Amino acid sequence: MSAVSDVHEVRLRVNGVERVAHAPARRLLSDFIRYDLGLTGTHVGCEHGVCGACTILLGGEPVRSCLMFAVQADGAEIETIEGLASGPDDLHPVQQAFWEHHGLQCGFCTPGMVLTAKALLEHNPDPTEADVRKAIAGNICRCTGYVFIVDAIRAAAGIGRERDGA
Amino acid sequence: MKPPAFRYLRATSVDECLAAMSEHGDDAKILAGGQSLVPLMNLRLARPSWVVDVNHVPGLDYIEVEGDVLRVGAMTRHRDLAASDVVARACPLLAQAAAMIGYPAIRNRGTIGGSLAHADPAAELPCVACATDAEIVVAGRDGERIIFADEFFTGYFETALAPAELLVEVRFPTTRAGESWQFREFTRKSGDFAVAAAGVGLALADGLVTRARIALGGVADRPVRATAAEERLAGGPLEGPDIAAAAALVADVADSGSQDADAVELASVLTRRALEAAAAELRGAS
Repeated sequence: MSAVSDVHEVRLRVNGVERVAHAPARRLLSDFIRYDLGLTGTHVGCEHGVCGACTILLGGEPVRSCLMFAVQADGAEIETIEGLASGPDDLHPVQQAFWEHHGLQCGFCTPGMVLTAKALLEHNPDPTEADVRKAIAGNICRCTGYVFIVDAIRAAAGIGRERDGA
Repeated sequence: MKPPAFRYLRATSVDECLAAMSEHGDDAKILAGGQSLVPLMNLRLARPSWVVDVNHVPGLDYIEVEGDVLRVGAMTRHRDLAASDVVARACPLLAQAAAMIGYPAIRNRGTIGGSLAHADPAAELPCVACATDAEIVVAGRDGERIIFADEFFTGYFETALAPAELLVEVRFPTTRAGESWQFREFTRKSGDFAVAAAGVGLALADGLVTRARIALGGVADRPVRATAAEERLAGGPLEGPDIAAAAALVADVADSGSQDADAVELASVLTRRALEAAAAELRGAS
């Protein structure tokens, strides 16, 4: 049988960097990212898959990190909000658009929103407003009313295309 | 909240999983996509001592057509069902319904086997399984057996699965020419749990209905077939009054199993809309 002890070694790639830490089986991936890896950009809201604040990219696709155990991510490749900008003076196109279009107020939902938006734009580089609203339906924001978030994501599509020289 | 402590086993074969399940019985839970089990554990509504992870069991994630059967491995994710051309052609109801499950982040993890085994009476895929007369293949220590969808769901979150059995495959009859399948659901917001859902299938020949299938979600303790409404449509010409009469019978059928009058009313309306869409598609094709 595979390892059955309560504490498990979890080895994974986070934002392109190999990381390893030990965690009990009950450690949620969201808590593992925050406490064990020290990446506190991933926010924890409802802890039962409703709010979307803890959204990360697993193999490039958005998932709720509160609905996975850290031990499940052994061998996985994940991306968190810290992995988007290339440096302190840089913003990812989605981050830049959130900045320019006031797509955040308190910022609690923002990491999940930005990562969800990034994945949307990779699948659909020119989404309609309806596409955007459907994509972020699983990410709750209690400040903005969503209008500026939708604006930001649609603007990010344009910024991304400009940077790509398209 | 955080889940209570448990021991974790990453199973690497169906046999290893079955051995663990038979050793630990009701103390063990299968972890598939985790989109229902993990919230239940976080809320401490489920407290398994053992969690058996089947995400690394090879050979449970596939979509293939064999003759007139669409075979779907239990670990196939909703995302893949919704995106598959094979599913769209062979079982359009399954493709439509999979695209309506939750949010992208949920569909990226959730699996067909997990959804059926969880048996939420308002969930999309149990309703599809009932509408299409799907066969559910389960593995046990004595081999595999097949459970028909209408015998699989036995109550709120309850199934005919024995504690030491693993759901491994779902078989759907492939759709034929002259059929239309339509799934409709009502949610309070995009991606939320459905209040009610209807999955319908109509087969038309020479302008008359040769077969009608209507399954409802959210109106009883399990997905239910509206057989009286199906019989009302069979043999008829599929005109507006037939559809309205069938939808009205849905309300009668659903009523007997539900305390939720809103869900029953919605199921009736959703059935009518699904039937109208099926009728329009069939007329357009003929």
